[in-house]
Amino acid sequence: MRVSCRVNGEQREADGVWPGESLLYLLRERLGLPGAKNACEQGECGSCTVYLDGLPVCACLVAGGQAQGREVVAVEGLTGPDGGLDRVQHAFLQAGAVQCGFCTPGLIVAVHDLLARVSTPTDADIREALAGNLCRCTGYEKIMDAVRSAAAMPPSTAAACPASRPGGPR
Amino acid sequence: MDFLSPATWAEALAAKAANPDALPIAGGTDVMVELNFDRRRPSALLDLTRIGELTEWGTDGDLLRIGSGVTYARIITELAHRLPGLAMAARTVGSPQIRNRGTVGGNLGSASPAGDALPPLLAAGALVELASTRGVRRLPVAEFFTGPKRTVRAPDELIAAFLVPSHRGPHQFAKIGSRNAMVIAVCSFALALRPVTGEVGTGIGSAGPTPLRAAQAERLLADELPWRTAAVLPEAVVGRFGELVAGAAAPIDDIRGTAAYRRHALSVLARRTLRWAWEEYRREGP
Ligand SMILES: Cc1cc2nc3c(=O)[nH]c(=O)nc-3n(C[C@H](O)[C@H](O)[C@H](O)COP(=O)(O)OP(=O)(O)OC[C@H]3O[C@@H](n4cnc5c(N)ncnc54)[C@H](O)[C@@H]3O)c2cc1C
Ligand code: FES
Ligand code: FES
Repeated sequence: MRVSCRVNGEQREADGVWPGESLLYLLRERLGLPGAKNACEQGECGSCTVYLDGLPVCACLVAGGQAQGREVVAVEGLTGPDGGLDRVQHAFLQAGAVQCGFCTPGLIVAVHDLLARVSTPTDADIREALAGNLCRCTGYEKIMDAVRSAAAMPPSTAAACPASRPGGPR
Repeated sequence: MDFLSPATWAEALAAKAANPDALPIAGGTDVMVELNFDRRRPSALLDLTRIGELTEWGTDGDLLRIGSGVTYARIITELAHRLPGLAMAARTVGSPQIRNRGTVGGNLGSASPAGDALPPLLAAGALVELASTRGVRRLPVAEFFTGPKRTVRAPDELIAAFLVPSHRGPHQFAKIGSRNAMVIAVCSFALALRPVTGEVGTGIGSAGPTPLRAAQAERLLADELPWRTAAVLPEAVVGRFGELVAGAAAPIDDIRGTAAYRRHALSVLARRTLRWAWEEYRREGP
């Protein structure tokens, strides 16, 4: 079947979608957007977190067909039109909150959502918001630092749904 | 596999009647795990996320009627005052990502004895509304479950909504798990006090083939609580309540805990939730 939806601000179409396949597969394997990561395929790790109609969800638990006509924003969509990083991405790099980086795209989306809802989150707010994002490397301390420092930066000028950058980093 | 994407409730019921094998999918947080791991290959998926009515809630006479497609996140933000017990349970479900997508209708559909929405629905005396092209029926949630992951829903039926009597009173929910987030309950317990009628509702999770009520424990509290005076809880009643709740459970030993531990933990949760609920009753006044 064919699925069309807005992805990172651009209208996209995928053909030959198997009705049981996930939005995560559709993004990575059919639309060439490997930002959202595939780690557990059962909603446990959060590395596939993307916005679906403005809410962070596990892309591995959304059927591709359920995204028809919807708005998807993955980590690639958070950078500005000029390729500038979002404040959350900046903060993760500055704080050294990235080791292997596999959990990072999902965390960036989850933190982006947290800061859009709560401008100055408490540590309890941060832990609650990130309960569904597992990191096997960092021990979370640097991630906590990154979220606190992102919250202290002015919100990025990058819009929430800017045009994606074809040929951007994979 | 087909992907059926009805735009209206009437279309969904017609599609289910024509394809009784089609697997409904709402939030997908149970269905997609089964598909991703090749545990299930239904002839078709029946997507319910385009049907506006399923995501609505409102009053229906004396009842509060909540569409089966309302997510946990919305139960927490929109219904915490009206359904405090269900909202407490919703806060313990999965992670923010799961709560943004997972629905109470899906929890009823999966009918896992560990489903966290189910004990509060039992305690609140909820009804489940089933619909098909043949008509609509409503039945007490206690009669909906027939065994682990089994219900009375006929192959051509869909879950339209659940309904809860809108009487006020303290509700509580407590759950045992190995961490504070992302855990399937080792056991859980829900309590609802209905001061206006002097009735009590209970729900036991993860300690039997289906979610269970503790009928004797409910009667004990209805008879023995000092409703009129709102006096201090008699300790003997608290202790007996814990025993009766533990006795109503039918737990097994499994990977998450032993039957003996579950009974013990349930008696603790029962006493604890009773104290919390009674404190609230005393604060608010009889
Ligand atoms: C990481 C993770 C953590 C989880 N944590 C918890 C937890 O803490 N507590 C808990 O209780 N559950 C938990 N779950 C399980 C799941 O999220 C819940 O059972 C949820 O309520 C399912 O809702 P859904 O809308 O996603 O259902 P779906 O997956 O879409 O459907 C579930 C079942 O219900 C059927 N169904 C759905 N809607 C209807 C309808 N309207 N009519 C008829 N049948 C229908 C489907 O066919 C399917 O059999 C977790 C799942 C994951 C992946
Ligand atoms: S891959 Fe989706 S939550 Fe792990
Ligand atoms: S940096 Fe490796 S999993 Fe988080």
